Amino acid sequence: MRFALSAQHIEFARSINGLLREAGTPAVIRAWAAGEHASGLALWRRLAEVGVTALAVPEQHGGLGADPVDLAVAFETMGYHAMPGPIVESIAVLPALLAPDDALAGRWLPGIADGSSIATVAMAPHVPYALDADVADIRLQVTDSGLAEFTPAAVPLDSVDAARRLYEVMGRRAISRRETAADAAFDHGVLACAAQLLGLGQRLLDDSVEYAKQRNQYGNPIGSYQAIKHLLADVATQLELARPLLHGAAVALAGDAATTSRDVSAAKVACGDAGYLAARTALQVHGAIGYTAEHDLGRWLTKARALRSAWGTPAFHRARVLDALMAERAS
Amino acid sequence: MDLDLDERTRQFRDEVASWLAANVPDKPMDSFDSAAGFAQHREWEAQLADARLSAVSWPEEFGGRDCSLLEWVIFEEEYYAAGAPLRVNQNGIFMLAPTLFSHGTPEQRRRILPKMARSEEVWAQAWSEPEAGSDIAALRSTATRTDGGWLLSGQKTWSSRAAFADKAFGLFRSDPDSDISPAAHPPRTPPKDRHRGMTYLMFDLHADGVRVRPIEQLDGEPGFAEIFLDNVFVPDADVIGEPGGGWRVAMTTANNERGLSLRSPGRFLAAADRLLELWRRDGDPADTALASRVADAWIGARAYQLYTFGTVTRLADGGELGPESSVNKLFWSRLDVELHETALDVLGAQGELRGEWLDGWLFSLSGPIYGGTDQIQRTTVAERLLGLPRGAR
Repeated sequence: MRFALSAQHIEFARSINGLLREAGTPAVIRAWAAGEHASGLALWRRLAEVGVTALAVPEQHGGLGADPVDLAVAFETMGYHAMPGPIVESIAVLPALLAPDDALAGRWLPGIADGSSIATVAMAPHVPYALDADVADIRLQVTDSGLAEFTPAAVPLDSVDAARRLYEVMGRRAISRRETAADAAFDHGVLACAAQLLGLGQRLLDDSVEYAKQRNQYGNPIGSYQAIKHLLADVATQLELARPLLHGAAVALAGDAATTSRDVSAAKVACGDAGYLAARTALQVHGAIGYTAEHDLGRWLTKARALRSAWGTPAFHRARVLDALMAERAS
Repeated sequence: MDLDLDERTRQFRDEVASWLAANVPDKPMDSFDSAAGFAQHREWEAQLADARLSAVSWPEEFGGRDCSLLEWVIFEEEYYAAGAPLRVNQNGIFMLAPTLFSHGTPEQRRRILPKMARSEEVWAQAWSEPEAGSDIAALRSTATRTDGGWLLSGQKTWSSRAAFADKAFGLFRSDPDSDISPAAHPPRTPPKDRHRGMTYLMFDLHADGVRVRPIEQLDGEPGFAEIFLDNVFVPDADVIGEPGGGWRVAMTTANNERGLSLRSPGRFLAAADRLLELWRRDGDPADTALASRVADAWIGARAYQLYTFGTVTRLADGGELGPESSVNKLFWSRLDVELHETALDVLGAQGELRGEWLDGWLFSLSGPIYGGTDQIQRTTVAERLLGLPRGAR
């Protein structure tokens, strides 16, 4: 057993991290939220150049055929920088969804892999709206009877995270009645979303620690006071113990283990709780400055709130974990 | 990255599981904090030792099996899954022994460890004092130089297992000038000086000058005790590390306690498993709030298991346990309380009756206190892991 990221994983994370840091995501996020996609799409192409968009695409369709651990690493890093756009849908969900359908996979996945295509996927009831359907050229809805293309509503709904532009699914046209891998696609979405939440939480913690070192009150950095220290220590503890669940779920997904659904749900619960605790704590540590629209903290905080309920609520995933455990005992 | 056990580990796991299946007593033993239970648990430890299973991570020459950390974690999983008795000599096996491996002499290891492995000698810890709890460096008990050894005087308290144990280990102030407690000096002494002049010693609880006063705990059993020491002679051979260098030695023990060894994931996995069984039998599926807490208990136990696998991998690669041991303790101490609270709530009106779950809950309540309170651990995480500036305590 080696339950640790490899040197290649770490190097991969470092390269994505460097790229996103250099690009400066806060400005990209603000533009994206205003419907100005140019800087975000440029960043998307940069991510494609280092292989992020090709990770889950099979080699025969121009991808890397990497395993879900690579996905977890990439999404945690993109979460750390609050990368906007339908990254979960395009990079994690679509390749899994189309895996059993060679024709559709051959039609769409090469474009996903090279970054020339962007996909959005709606999967009611947990993913009722299509994220960023206005920039996506592949718009799919997973239904009980197969796969449909759709036309999105003209204007997006207002998400708490302004950079999440959610569209209602309107005109629908069935394109495949063949079996899709909807369950596996959902699990990939859950894993990617959990990884994003963990990354968001880690960034919120790191920024809060920095702020607590700089900000002086009563003549000392606020980070020297136990009230602040203990809040941040609790966040660190939750994040540190959520990460192994994420990696464990990725290993399960990679091995197509019988426990996959249980494990990705457990990861989503833990990463959602930890990421959200990080968000609440970060705001408290920053105080009023964090509550302003001008400060970037809000971009991370609102995304943490949105993703906590995206790809299945905490209650749904807890129930799924418990159902799986009860089923294991019955068998 | 994988979670696969290699062939050797799988074989070891199977051997342990079948031995336990054949040997774990059907009827639960009395609490090891009662006289009768202590004797039962001592016998059980001898039986474990006969199978070379009482201290599997030790070298073979001392009764162990040279197990890797991973094998030890797997052993613990099997041990608790089998419902085997709690470890009466855990202070010795999991706290003192690692200290002896790091800082003891070959002679000390040869003399002490084989008897410890068979629980012919059961060990108590003697850290806290009435005025030195979280602030352990404020301890006042003294070790005074005498011919061939030291004379110990003072008072220790909250000493786990001391009511029935044979021996104890702890820190003593061997340089009177280093006593910087507020009564001795004005405060504001530089913190670094506080850790000088302490010596790590082992002593016999039945020696002349030792008086042990058992203290009843919340569960009514004397799980800890006060130890009064009045010029108790301890030979030089029972000093661990250098005289005056006891703080550094003690920190090894503390890291072992908080880190991997004191609470292995096996305990929580087994408890979560029993909780799932309780829920399956008695739970009301319509009570989704309680169902969520049952799910959280398992998720927490699984998180701790995987976190430990990560730690084991890191240590096998030559890493060290640092402030992560405080993260570790913060997590399991809270998990343990919440898991048992959940079980009591599933039991409903039956939950107030004495039994396995209630005893487990009472025990879990001590977790956030002993081995450094959760507040001390949070400060450690904040300063040493997150790098926040030191402040007033």
